[in-house]
Amino acid sequence: MDSAVHVADLRKIFDVPEREAGLKSATKSLVRRKTKEVRAVDGISFDIAPGEIVGFLGPNGAGKTTTLKMLSGLLYVSSGDAHVLGYVPSKRERDFLRRIALVMGNRNQLQWDLPALDSFELNRSIYRIPREDFLRNRDELIELLEVGDLVRKPVRQLSLGERMKVEIVGSLLHQPQVLFLDEPTIGLDVTMQKRIRTFVAEYRQRHGATVMLTSHYMADVEALCERVVVIHHGRILFDGKLGALSNTFAAWKTITAAMENGSSDLSSYGEVIHRDGDLVTLRVPKAETARVTARLLAEQEVLDLNVEDPPIEDVIELVFAQENRT
Amino acid sequence: MSMLPLAQEGRLRSLADFYLTTIRTAIQQQFQYRAATYMYLVGMVAEPVIYLVVWSTIADQSGGTVGGLTAGEFAAYYIVWTLVRTMNIVFTPYGWEERIREGELSGQLLRPLHPIHYDLAWFAGGKVPWVLFYLPIAVVLTLVFNPTFDVRPLEIAVFAIAVWGAYLIRSFYQSALGLITFWTTRVGALFQLYITLELLLSGRLVPLTLMPEWVQTVAWFLPFRWTFYFPIQTLVGDLSNEQLLGGLAMQVLWTLIGIGLFSLVWRHAIRRYTAVGN
Repeated sequence: MDSAVHVADLRKIFDVPEREAGLKSATKSLVRRKTKEVRAVDGISFDIAPGEIVGFLGPNGAGKTTTLKMLSGLLYVSSGDAHVLGYVPSKRERDFLRRIALVMGNRNQLQWDLPALDSFELNRSIYRIPREDFLRNRDELIELLEVGDLVRKPVRQLSLGERMKVEIVGSLLHQPQVLFLDEPTIGLDVTMQKRIRTFVAEYRQRHGATVMLTSHYMADVEALCERVVVIHHGRILFDGKLGALSNTFAAWKTITAAMENGSSDLSSYGEVIHRDGDLVTLRVPKAETARVTARLLAEQEVLDLNVEDPPIEDVIELVFAQENRT
Repeated sequence: MSMLPLAQEGRLRSLADFYLTTIRTAIQQQFQYRAATYMYLVGMVAEPVIYLVVWSTIADQSGGTVGGLTAGEFAAYYIVWTLVRTMNIVFTPYGWEERIREGELSGQLLRPLHPIHYDLAWFAGGKVPWVLFYLPIAVVLTLVFNPTFDVRPLEIAVFAIAVWGAYLIRSFYQSALGLITFWTTRVGALFQLYITLELLLSGRLVPLTLMPEWVQTVAWFLPFRWTFYFPIQTLVGDLSNEQLLGGLAMQVLWTLIGIGLFSLVWRHAIRRYTAVGN
């Protein structure tokens, strides 16, 4: 089957004005303006299958949002190839725009002073949704996100989290086949984050939608994405299963041991990275994990023992740290 | 992947549905802020009342007329002026500037409908409460200034169309100007120049017949006179049927030129969009 999203050697280069601080340089820039070429996205390639959900990870300024904006048709590409559902996004054809949605955690598309129901009605007419489908879809989304009592209040009276949920309802009324979610849980409390994660999973399952998600909360990515694409300085550092990320980048594992006597010196087994009473966490080279575990069990009084890959946040941090050193 | 079907009605009916829905939403929004709308309107009435007082006084001191216009005709001119002004309020270049600079355009570009439709529909809807709120003000102005009106049914019909023509012309030229933000991000200075030209060449500041001959000649070759002077004259002037219908034809012509200009600038401008902010 064809890819839902196809990206090949995609680049976006911005010319950004640049000058030193101060009056002298401000005056100079009146005559001669200096610009700097910024390669926001620098030759990335990947394919996403229909119905797949992919986490797009990277630090601030890595090129994640720029990529999503190119894929949703907001930005023209500088070079390379981008196709979404067979469409060239920058042409912004009506049929294409009816099939996608870009939800950004910090954007408000609803009428500020009116209840969200009025904005939903406006979206119905914009997307030419048949009334019956609209009502069914709207009520289903309202139920899934549990916003029944919120959609009748003026949007300005809603909290950030409430507004985000209502915003998502508005963005999905036309039942998009491809969903670009840019930090959908930013600034939300843990409960609200979890609700939105569950919703995205349910929406995808019900409608077979393809989802591309960026988030700084690894919990979002771990809960939703089997596959991740890691981007840094506009280039792809990793594209594969989330589980393989630590195999590729983390050369170590953590062993958490509950000891009979927590004060024992375990530094000969590995680097002690945490100690909480009788609970000790060690970092050991991946290749030595089995040998160290066997030694620990044989030589120490261990009540319980757990061997884990490092937390995904640590792996990501490691990936970016390695990239920065190169 | 499942996908919703398109509504069965044709594109034009869908567009009409969008316009009606947006107009309804805009009216609701305006009613939500009725006090603010009233204050805005009262502030806007100040401009013609000042012109009216000045010209009525000059007419009285000059033996009853200025340039052939009596105090009553001045009163009629500026009372209709206010209605025309209310009807030709449009989304300004400042609105475009903010929309582009703050990145708000992104949300609109994601929709399968050109943003200009939203602006046209939204500001059309806004007029309903503005005109309703203006009517009591018009009654007060009529009682105070005794305007001279002599209106035929055809003139009323042409006026009803001409105010929308004026609205379309102003919308497209000001939007085209607003798109310059894609290049400069500060379009205020150009807009000031536009407004100055409009004040002088449209009949907004004074009836065009009071301007020097050469200004009147220049005004014939520009769109401004069709946004103020012509709609006002349909009710206040003594235009023949040919002049009334010819004026509407000129409005159509300038609207088409405006659409062409806007489309041309849009095609080039949109490639420059960098979706700053969000």
